[in-house]
Amino acid sequence: MTDLATYNFAYLDEQTKRMIRRAILKAISIPGYQVPFASREMPMPYGWGTGGVQVTAAILGPKDVLKVIDQGADDTTNAVSIRAFFQKVANVAVTTKTREATIIQTRHRIPEETLTAGQTLVYQVPIPEPLRFLEPRETETRKMHALEEYGLMHVKLYEDIARNGHIATTYAYPVKVEGRYVMDPSPTPKFDNPKMHMSEALQLFGAGREKRIYAVPPHTDVVSLDFEDHPFEIQHFDKPCALCGAEHVYLDEVVLDDKGGRMFVCSDTDHCEDRREHGHAGEMLARQEAAE
Amino acid sequence: MGAQTEIHASAYAGAFADPVFQSQSVFRALMDAMARPGTITPLGASATPPAPLGAGAGAIALTLCDDGTPVWLTNALVQSSVPAWLSFHASAPVTNVKPEARFVFIEAGGIVPGFDQFALGTQEYPDRSATLVIEIASLTGGPEFVAAGPGIKDETIIAPKGLPDIFLTLWAENQGLFPRGVDLILVAGTDVLCLPRTTKLRRREV
Repeated sequence: MTDLATYNFAYLDEQTKRMIRRAILKAISIPGYQVPFASREMPMPYGWGTGGVQVTAAILGPKDVLKVIDQGADDTTNAVSIRAFFQKVANVAVTTKTREATIIQTRHRIPEETLTAGQTLVYQVPIPEPLRFLEPRETETRKMHALEEYGLMHVKLYEDIARNGHIATTYAYPVKVEGRYVMDPSPTPKFDNPKMHMSEALQLFGAGREKRIYAVPPHTDVVSLDFEDHPFEIQHFDKPCALCGAEHVYLDEVVLDDKGGRMFVCSDTDHCEDRREHGHAGEMLARQEAAE
Repeated sequence: MGAQTEIHASAYAGAFADPVFQSQSVFRALMDAMARPGTITPLGASATPPAPLGAGAGAIALTLCDDGTPVWLTNALVQSSVPAWLSFHASAPVTNVKPEARFVFIEAGGIVPGFDQFALGTQEYPDRSATLVIEIASLTGGPEFVAAGPGIKDETIIAPKGLPDIFLTLWAENQGLFPRGVDLILVAGTDVLCLPRTTKLRRREV
């Protein structure tokens, strides 16, 4: 605990934590509703996950094990910085293994492994208002939520179909929570939307710049908006992961050279590593081994 | 509030020995309990507020209340050293105007006012509603209710003991106001059971 002296535990002062904690409790009581909170300046710019960081700081305790992912990966800049931040200001145990974590802070993915009751997923949210690009005025969007007036969102999805023949929204795909509030799931790929539905884990969302916190309790209805004749569908990939051979997971495209070479690999690095440790091998890995 | 009566020495003692970690522990218990309505959850820390406020309710007050959260207290609590204790340890102002209160504390056996007398939030800002911390005799052994809603897998049975007979009616009215409404934290000793406004309750048919 040598480095802790200059900070309060988990960086935030206790009054700020109380304010955020009260907002979290109300957010849980009203699933999908965005609770305004007095977002603080954090020692990182808005847009780097200050909302998620404040939520994590307010709930974090000495017994927690923290995992941070950025687009599914534990080892990219945002994830590494935030993990290091909490190691420094809270001396908290960290992990990259999904199943060992009690709190998982995420930027735009939900881990492939099914989350359990002891876990809390904290999302970093850039723009919490799903109606914002349809109606820029906060006074109006607030009224639309109050009156449950979501026709505009359906018009937007319909226009997608009229122009493209299908709903073109592939990330931040709007959901309806418990039959009441339309909610932005943060810019996760729509592939992850079904994982939010009836999850065992508590899901908390923090938007630092926009100063909103919202929540989806466990065992809560989360339905992606769609039409009877254009039902919601998740992305499908033609090939399995090139490294671990996993199917039915979300894949990232990796460009290999300037001659059009590319491969598709798991976006969830922990899931991919775990599979490879258990002897699964994808096309690229098999080829590499054969070459050696 | 009215003229200060003699402040008992108990007003200055009985807060958390380790405020940072004990309030974190209490909050996490409340968060889990609110996310999983009907689950009996130990707070993991307790306070020693002046009687008749209990150890669990005191710990919740220290965890959630401060100068931004007016608190409403029952007559029995107002007449005790509790207002001074709340003021000294949490800087929380006590109000006798029910709709102004963000938190409401009711000691075990105290009269529970109608929920709609407190802030219910507005349609635009349903979060601006009161949270009621109600101490009861026990979280088990009372009349059985079937609870359902977000946070509950299918259904769960709760049996809090010591709620007013009219509770189910009051709760149904509160539930019908969604997204407005109050949220409840039922406390017995240092265990809690939360009922957010989303939880539907019905009497269990035997």
